[in-house]
Amino acid sequence: MAVELSEARAALANVSNEPGAAKPDPIVKGSNITRTFGGLKAVDVEHIEIQRGVITALIGPNGAGKTTLFNLLTGFDEPDEGDWAFNGKSLAKVPAYKVARRGMVRTFQLTKVLSKLTVIENMRLGATGQRGEKFFSAAFKSLWSSQEDANTVRADDLLARFKLDAKREDFAGSLSGGQRKLLEMARALMVDPELIMLDEPMAGVNPALKQSLLGHVKSLRDEGRTVLFVEHDMDMVRDISDWVIVMAQGQIVAEGTPQSVMADQRVIDAYLGAHHDTDITEIDVADLEAEADAELDAEAEENKS
Amino acid sequence: MRLRLAALLAAVAGVLMLLAPSPALAQATPTPTAPAGSAPAADNPIVPGANITVTLLDLKGGEGKPSPVPGVSLTVLKDSRSGAEVGTQTTDSKGRVSIGIEGNGTYVVELDPKTLPEGVELSGSGETVKTVQVKLASSNFVQFQIGAVVVEEASLGSKIVDGTRSGIIAGLLIALAALGLSLIFGTTGLTNFAHGELITFGAIATYVFNRGFGLPVVVAGVLAVLASAAFGFLQDRGLWRPLRNRGTGLIAMMIVSIGLALFMRSIYQYGFGGSTRTLSQYVVQGRDSYGPIDLSHKEIAIVLVSVVTLLVTCIALMRTRLGKAMRAVSDNPALSASSGMRVDGVISAVWVLGTALTGLAGVLLAVQQQVNFQMGFNLLLLVFAGVTLGGLGTIWGALIGSLIIGLMVELGPVFGVPASIKEVGALVVLILILLVRPQGILGKAQRIG
Amino acid sequence: MDFGTIIDAAFSAALGPQAIVFALAAIGLNVHFGYTGLLNFGQAGFMSIAAFGLAVTVVTWDMPFWLGIVVGMIAAVVLALVLGIPTLRLRADYLAIVTIATSEILRLIFGAVEFKDTFGGSNGLNGFAGTYQRLNPYGDGVDLGIVSFSRNDLWSITVGWTLVAISSLLVFALMRSPWGRVLKSIREDEDAVRSLGKNVFAYKMQALVLGGVFGGIAGIFHILKQGSAVPTDFNTTFTFYAYAALLIGGAARVLGPVVGSMIFWFLIAGIGSFFSQATSGADPLLPEWLMTNTQASLIRFILLGLGLMLLMIFRPQGIFGDRREIAIDGR
Repeated sequence: MAVELSEARAALANVSNEPGAAKPDPIVKGSNITRTFGGLKAVDVEHIEIQRGVITALIGPNGAGKTTLFNLLTGFDEPDEGDWAFNGKSLAKVPAYKVARRGMVRTFQLTKVLSKLTVIENMRLGATGQRGEKFFSAAFKSLWSSQEDANTVRADDLLARFKLDAKREDFAGSLSGGQRKLLEMARALMVDPELIMLDEPMAGVNPALKQSLLGHVKSLRDEGRTVLFVEHDMDMVRDISDWVIVMAQGQIVAEGTPQSVMADQRVIDAYLGAHHDTDITEIDVADLEAEADAELDAEAEENKS
Repeated sequence: MRLRLAALLAAVAGVLMLLAPSPALAQATPTPTAPAGSAPAADNPIVPGANITVTLLDLKGGEGKPSPVPGVSLTVLKDSRSGAEVGTQTTDSKGRVSIGIEGNGTYVVELDPKTLPEGVELSGSGETVKTVQVKLASSNFVQFQIGAVVVEEASLGSKIVDGTRSGIIAGLLIALAALGLSLIFGTTGLTNFAHGELITFGAIATYVFNRGFGLPVVVAGVLAVLASAAFGFLQDRGLWRPLRNRGTGLIAMMIVSIGLALFMRSIYQYGFGGSTRTLSQYVVQGRDSYGPIDLSHKEIAIVLVSVVTLLVTCIALMRTRLGKAMRAVSDNPALSASSGMRVDGVISAVWVLGTALTGLAGVLLAVQQQVNFQMGFNLLLLVFAGVTLGGLGTIWGALIGSLIIGLMVELGPVFGVPASIKEVGALVVLILILLVRPQGILGKAQRIG
Repeated sequence: MDFGTIIDAAFSAALGPQAIVFALAAIGLNVHFGYTGLLNFGQAGFMSIAAFGLAVTVVTWDMPFWLGIVVGMIAAVVLALVLGIPTLRLRADYLAIVTIATSEILRLIFGAVEFKDTFGGSNGLNGFAGTYQRLNPYGDGVDLGIVSFSRNDLWSITVGWTLVAISSLLVFALMRSPWGRVLKSIREDEDAVRSLGKNVFAYKMQALVLGGVFGGIAGIFHILKQGSAVPTDFNTTFTFYAYAALLIGGAARVLGPVVGSMIFWFLIAGIGSFFSQATSGADPLLPEWLMTNTQASLIRFILLGLGLMLLMIFRPQGIFGDRREIAIDGR
């Protein structure tokens, strides 16, 4: 469902900069999504829409609920309440694997490559509709080998595109942080998703690789996919995103084009105020501490078992 | 002559022995005997520990209230009619005899028909011998009769009271061990299959100090707890800490603990033998009545010691610095380390505390029943069940879960769980609760992703 | 000291029926734990339910032998489903506790005096193996010098190793397929697999059932080779020994459980025979005060425990495994 990029971008020009603004052609539409951990409201989103065919960035301070929102949208976590739809079909209570099958595939902040499988096996795993993955046909190689070959060809193409072809037979565990991010992205593409959701694609990637990674993210959009990503790296956000959604304390506080968001007083108040264009020594200590606390809380919550 | 029916009602009460029957037992518990044919004793107290208690009732053809038959001589023999005599007693005014036995096995109860009073005859074939299978005994009522008329057993109320008493005692002992397990699991993530052997350690240490060095049981018990703590400290230092430092995975450590359990259990058996032995004191104690509840002195002591220990430990964990440190480490070891906490020190402390608690469970178990090389292993599954039921890694959860498990085990037979396999009820409840509330009763739901 | 006897005992055990039972059970555990990462500590439960499924059908209900086999296998499948539905969505430890509890529940029920009429109480059931024994084509036992087997054992070995071969072949075929790839991926990171559109729960369930079926075959073979079904054979210690055998050979290797079981029994029987000889006779090699004959039989279990610990610490991939692709160093 390729959408003309310039058209999609142009359509965004008329969208208001209010939080939860309606988009002309939303691929994801959600409302009243809440999730609490203990007493903490991690996510409390009144309304959210993601425009089809463009790159949308989701930014906000640590503990703002970005990853939790990712988890909720993709079925990896269940909200206390709320409803959201992908391509007009509700995703509430739909398990994560079905969300992925419908064309909404995510990556993880801490990369989840399968380190004891080789790179090419990681890629093959991503292919959908494999006959060889059915129990009763798995034991008979003739039933699935041709399909496996086709998947391998596709996987090799993607590895070449992401410059991982030299690592084809290596165990994924031996890859560097940046290469893992690339592998995870390439593997997600094996599912052929309409919407690809990247959780901090730049975290832990060395600067030399960053530019090529940026190029890869743009290329996803240019081949007609919708991209939603969480990022802290402001340069990247400015550089490649067509639309920016800002979260703070679980809520969407602002959205707009990168330029307008960075100029938005609410954003500066809520998030950039402390950091934007400031020398690191001038950062408000109290703010930082509050931020660190929020992060610790979230982490403690995560580690409780 | 009016044909009257007499029936035997036997209650096999005894040691709390869990899960697996222990093998042949060597040392006999003292057996009170009354000379056959003597005048009816005023009262035959129920022997604590393993015993066969038989009540002889005259059913009067099913009319009216059954009345006890005094003055009849009954003999308990091991294995068969030609087996070794365990004891002989004459029924008292309540028609009761109570004969201590060595433990699990087959016993034969033989009635001497010549001592039956005038006018009382046995019904049916007039059989005077009954065979009893004694298994896993605490308050297992095995009813059998001579004749065909079914006798009402002990009243439901008294069975519930008895079951509750045994259940609370069992639950408290499980709770001590479960708290130890939960602490260690909480701070290190280790699912320790060698935990049962720590219970056995406490019991065997008590036995060694008591019988080997001739110390009084109380002193031996205190020393055994100290020895357990030292053992835990050394175990952590010598085994678990090096493994943590090597970055050994949790599943690998769990399998190491399985190996350690096999190793220790075999060592115990090597040194201690396969028999079940008793301490030198408090083996046989009569129970006094406190309202509706009958308790022996040692049971009161066990309840007091365990309740006080559990409460003090839990409150200390909530209040003290060390307690807070433990909870911090269990929440997030990396974060605790980076905020300047000595994680290894905290874990050492947890091991010492955890094994001391677990060793205490072994000491009390040795006093309550007997000492055997696999007593801890037999209890392990119920300890796991208690911890899981309450919620893995939660402190109060381990206590509540253990008490529920103890009560389920002992009260199960009252509500229809076959008495010889009463643990089944508790384990089924565990599985059912996990179905409804997978995180356990007090556990928190997990955050995914 | 008669080393011939020791070698005979060791090799006979390594090739004999008991090693086959372990191999079959460990093949199942390999599917569960080695490939999928499921902590099944109740393999003895899968064995006992299939074994008693057969025994009860034939002895108690007086139905045909082959129907009994079918009932036994179905029972193992049903047990896997019943265990899997509540626990496979939960953390790994829950499956461990539920499987271990269930296998104990089954063992206690099968041995309970209250159900003696159905399951035979603590003595168990016998008299169901007639059809199996009548199929025995051998006329006599065999003695090849270093190994010797009776006529019955020879038949059991033929049947047993055939079953092991078929099972291993099936595992091989499955684990090289995309299906096997999904299992191995689940072992490493469920969420990653889920994010790629795979129904993780369904795969885990399939693995649980498959491994349980191997366990069931092990249980049925066990009672057939000895002609009786005794509840105490199926205790938790058996499951732990089967894990030891699997880990010796190497988890997540097709032949790991088979080789591991053979080594396990070679050592158990060899060490047992050695110490038994060393402590028996008028002037034993080891003096009485150091080790009695009863204690001698315990040495192998002491060494087994110690060996399992050392193996896990220093060679978790087993004797033949490849460290880079084993399941158990992570998490």
